[in-house]
Amino acid sequence: MAKEYRTMRNDVTLPYQWALGKTWSRFFDGLKDGRIQGTKCAGCGRVYVPARSFCPVCFTDTTQWVDVKPEGKILTWTLVREKYLGQVQEPPYVVALIQLDGSDCGFSHFIGGFDLSDAGQLKRKLKTGAKVKAVWSPVRNADIRDITCFVPVE
Amino acid sequence: MQRVAITHVAQSSGMESKESLMDFTYRVNKEILDKAGLKRREVGCIVAGSADIFHSGLSCANAFDWDGIGAFLKEGSRAEESAFSFIYGCMRILSGRYETVLVTALVKGSENPDNDPITSFYGDPFYLRPVGVNESVVAAMQMRQYLERYGVTEEQCAKVAVKNLGNALFNPYADRKRRVSLEDVMASERVYDPLKALECAPKSDGVVAVLLASEERAKTLSKKPVWLSGYGCSMDHFHPGDRDLLKGQLPAAAQRAYKMAGIDDPGKQIDVAEVCEPYAFQELLWCEHLGFCGEGQGGRWIDSGMPLMDGALPVNPSGGVLATNPYPARGLYRIAEAALQIKEEAGEHQVGKKVRTALAHSTHGFGGQCHSVVILSA
Repeated sequence: MAKEYRTMRNDVTLPYQWALGKTWSRFFDGLKDGRIQGTKCAGCGRVYVPARSFCPVCFTDTTQWVDVKPEGKILTWTLVREKYLGQVQEPPYVVALIQLDGSDCGFSHFIGGFDLSDAGQLKRKLKTGAKVKAVWSPVRNADIRDITCFVPVE
Repeated sequence: MQRVAITHVAQSSGMESKESLMDFTYRVNKEILDKAGLKRREVGCIVAGSADIFHSGLSCANAFDWDGIGAFLKEGSRAEESAFSFIYGCMRILSGRYETVLVTALVKGSENPDNDPITSFYGDPFYLRPVGVNESVVAAMQMRQYLERYGVTEEQCAKVAVKNLGNALFNPYADRKRRVSLEDVMASERVYDPLKALECAPKSDGVVAVLLASEERAKTLSKKPVWLSGYGCSMDHFHPGDRDLLKGQLPAAAQRAYKMAGIDDPGKQIDVAEVCEPYAFQELLWCEHLGFCGEGQGGRWIDSGMPLMDGALPVNPSGGVLATNPYPARGLYRIAEAALQIKEEAGEHQVGKKVRTALAHSTHGFGGQCHSVVILSA
């Protein structure tokens, strides 16, 4: 941070309180109970996870709640090695888009449950299209981290 | 119909500046007015491109910016994406109300946190931020799909970094100046596997200003005005998981711009392109979407040498965003560089061929959520 010319450091901390609304509240309460819920668009039939109040394509209210399986397949992934300020966890870790069975979109979450420093395991377990299932957190707060991560299913 | 011209361009170096943001802004805006022979009070109005808290540590950043841009006692407005600032400026001319508009974009990347912590805040606090999604994470997932779906190789992606950093050696305003080999890029750390460190844009300082004028005024201000001939923009879904990351909105934005400019064969009719590529492989994907080559052909396209400085359609002769990444200003830098190529004022990185039509592209958001395409003509 120190520079050879004169600077002034200024750190900013500000609290925000974002409203969840009805749909996201119900989704998160579901996670606390070990359920992953989506909503279905009556127009195009797409199932969105996390649940949405409206279909962004048809721009109409979603009307039907559906339970999707806590498992699915990896659409794409990255192994994060970079360290940066305010990071959610110590690297290395894997972030992926996962298509949950019964849904029509990608769900962003971690892939874990095996040794990421083991090149052999990485190559065998971490593949696009590989089947994964949710691991639930022992402590649940009705938020997205109620799922610890998804682990590959052999 | 009224036409809009770019009459003058001024830019700062992308390298770290010791000046305060206000002085840094003033220098470039003073330079462009001096070049045009205009007094501050003679400029019609001002449109700025700057970003708030995360990229500057200021709220309502334009309030701080106005003095350095010379906007005192004038109508001024601002967009966070500087390609939008440009088109809003053009609209001011088209309204018939102003004969000249100064468009300026600015940032001092050296003063604020790294790109990854900042772009983590693009994500919402409910679903994306808590699972570590940021711009690089989405780009890396997009790259993996690009490699796997089309068989483009990692080496072909790395070639973009070799090309652009090579071009930057001829651009006195470039930030990252380092000749790198394909081996250097391939051996750089896999920071977001499969993305490598040298395939990710740096974080730069930068002020860039473009003076716009009505047709009549442009002819008195400049011997060689550059004309806006096409513009298109399109937005995609917020959630990366709601999209096919390889089928974004750039083709739609490009088609809108091409239709307006009367372009039906972009690969032949466009002479040079300045494309916004914060990640190396994105240049290949964007070139496909711009219609320079077919779907999945980006790897072959760079192998063919077409986008090299002396190729049939040079892409990023300035070195692009991989060399210089003044984040909110990078779109206006592309537009300024495209204009300089038409004016034959790009200096050492002026392409060898005659440039009559140039394309400038800008993108922001995860994996190219938003794209803008600008066509400029001699």
